[in-house]
Amino acid sequence: MFKYVKQLTSLVAMVAVLFAFTTETMAAKKSKTLKNTQKKGFVRCGVSQGLPGFSNADAAGNWTGVDVDVCRAVAAAVLGDANKVKFTPLSAKERFTALTSGEIDILSRNTTWTLSRDADIGLTFVGVNFYDGQGFMVRKDSGITSTSQFKNGISACTNIGTTTELNMRDFFNSKGISYEPVAFEKADEVVAAYDSGRCDTYTTDKSGLAAQRTKMSNPDDHIVLPETISKEPLGPVVRQGDAVWEDIVRWSLNVMIEAEEYGITSANADMMKTSENPQIKRLVGSEGELGAAFGLDNDWSLRIIKQVGNYGESYKRNIADTGILPDRGPNQLWTKGGILYVPPAR
Amino acid sequence: MKLKKILPQLLTLLFIVLIFGFFTMNAQENMDTRGIEFGFGFLSQEASFDIQFSLIDYDGSHSYARAYLVGLLNTLLVAFIGIILATLLGLVVGVARLSPNYLIRKTASFYIEFFRNIPLLLQIFFWYFAALRALPMPQDATLLLGSSFMTIKGFFTPAPIWTNFDVFFTTLIVAMILVFFFVKFAKKKQEQEGKQLPVLIISLAIFIGLPLLTFLVGGVDLSFSFPELRKMSQSSYTFDGGMGIPPELIALTLALTLYTATFIAENVRAGIQGIGKGQKEAAASIGLTPSQVLKLVIMPQALRIIIPPTTNQYLNLTKNSSLAAAIAYPDLVLVFAGTAMMQTGKAIEIVGITMATYLTISIAISLLMNWYNQRIAIKEK
Repeated sequence: MFKYVKQLTSLVAMVAVLFAFTTETMAAKKSKTLKNTQKKGFVRCGVSQGLPGFSNADAAGNWTGVDVDVCRAVAAAVLGDANKVKFTPLSAKERFTALTSGEIDILSRNTTWTLSRDADIGLTFVGVNFYDGQGFMVRKDSGITSTSQFKNGISACTNIGTTTELNMRDFFNSKGISYEPVAFEKADEVVAAYDSGRCDTYTTDKSGLAAQRTKMSNPDDHIVLPETISKEPLGPVVRQGDAVWEDIVRWSLNVMIEAEEYGITSANADMMKTSENPQIKRLVGSEGELGAAFGLDNDWSLRIIKQVGNYGESYKRNIADTGILPDRGPNQLWTKGGILYVPPAR
Repeated sequence: MKLKKILPQLLTLLFIVLIFGFFTMNAQENMDTRGIEFGFGFLSQEASFDIQFSLIDYDGSHSYARAYLVGLLNTLLVAFIGIILATLLGLVVGVARLSPNYLIRKTASFYIEFFRNIPLLLQIFFWYFAALRALPMPQDATLLLGSSFMTIKGFFTPAPIWTNFDVFFTTLIVAMILVFFFVKFAKKKQEQEGKQLPVLIISLAIFIGLPLLTFLVGGVDLSFSFPELRKMSQSSYTFDGGMGIPPELIALTLALTLYTATFIAENVRAGIQGIGKGQKEAAASIGLTPSQVLKLVIMPQALRIIIPPTTNQYLNLTKNSSLAAAIAYPDLVLVFAGTAMMQTGKAIEIVGITMATYLTISIAISLLMNWYNQRIAIKEK
């Protein structure tokens, strides 16, 4: 009989541990994500499987891109070091599940902000770091220069699990053109299939087209058509249910954009501490107590600007200088004719 | 004493219930904090995405449930074709592996060793991204068999257009039933009177002749729509009419067949070698030809050894077909556990449904094969 008593006690102990675990998670709800991140010592960030300009790893495994910089900014703010980020490459299909299941804490992967994603599936979009729209790429020798030249039976390569699949249907239906959708799970496979001639056109966000074009065997053989068939505001996403973490990510992005607006760069940030302008002083942490609202110190925003740079620097470094999209288009500050306009950090 | 027996089982049961309870509670709580609702209502919503290849009428205005059905049928299609082709190929290679001819024997074993030792996903990629990519564009394709084209965009072949197909189909079934009874009758006659009827010729005559007759008297007619090349732009062409088989389906079927056939071939070889040499010698000594020995003596016994592990291979093939997602063949995983899951965000529900579906397919195959295995088992009298 003793044997079973022992089994029983171990079982009871196990059950007790399980319940203790549940009650503990219930109690620490304030900003569990921030607490966990500081405990782990790195930010867990979901990125693409390789999209030059947005999130792309070089041969040494260093990630660069404007999406990557959002995660780096958060790491600089909460951990003091922009390099303390663990990047998880995700396919379009995996990304939301990875976030909601807690495998990552920020999803910064050229993700379109839509109502159903924001409201329906347990996600919160915190802002827009790239204003984009869906376009089409075709082979130059096809002689096609506009989507109005598309004919019935055209085959279109794209990714599954994206807004692209839905927009494509709306577009072709409204034009009354029959088409063959060929949808792959990974972007590299889409590019390979299109490049080899399986599809007549490749459709995704225009920034994606420009970036993927650089991966083709002969980039000059392909052109991106001028038409934009949808609005694709891309931005970082967090899990629903942790308002403080949500704010940290939102304002890390906003600080980068606002810093550009006030001319604060990674080079001059320290000198700006003694600026006359109170808004600049708030951004570099020499006035006000902005960090306290998230439970961070007052230099959080200064670290972002110093270590990652402002939005303009990030754009130039990743997208303009790499030749992907030299023209900032709508992704220019509102003061310079673009639509980048963020609430003031004060 | 009784308690001692029951207690461990009760504890195990309790433990399992608690574990499940914990997982359910945990999922419930997490979904609550993130504002995710659990439910299957999404199945009746409009899917609003298109699918490349479908056996039933489908477009984006249909429901998610319909999209599920499209994916399921595509999975079943590739599994069905794959199982049949892999069985045929496996049988041939398995027998060839035991051939007295050196070249045939070595070719068969080289094929087996080569294809079963390379990961399946790599093979799928090879066929799709390397082999099929080397095919010509539609405008450069050469004519195959007078009216078909093998191109980078798929295989285009004439599509049959039937009139009164139902009459033809019914006749075909009637012919099959007639053949079945005729074979039974011929066997009985041979057992009772020792007289052999030309079974094969008469069966074929019934099977082909009867349906053909419907063309003359039943008003059945068959014509073909041929694929025609059409220019879409300066450099791209497509085919109108005819029937197009997407390269994704071809690559997946090829890879699954070639991979699974190696395992089936080994099962066949093991089955044949598992039959005592004496059986073969005894059969030969009563004057049976080598092919009769194989058909009448070896195979009926070998099948009992071959069937159970081959059932496993059928299950593997069916489950492996989910690798389709890598090359854009719209199977259940790509369409339902991929696009539909993404668009609805119903991860738990959709993964649950998908798992249940594969489980059902696997159990169905398993039951069918077990039934067949029992039917051919030695019946002790």
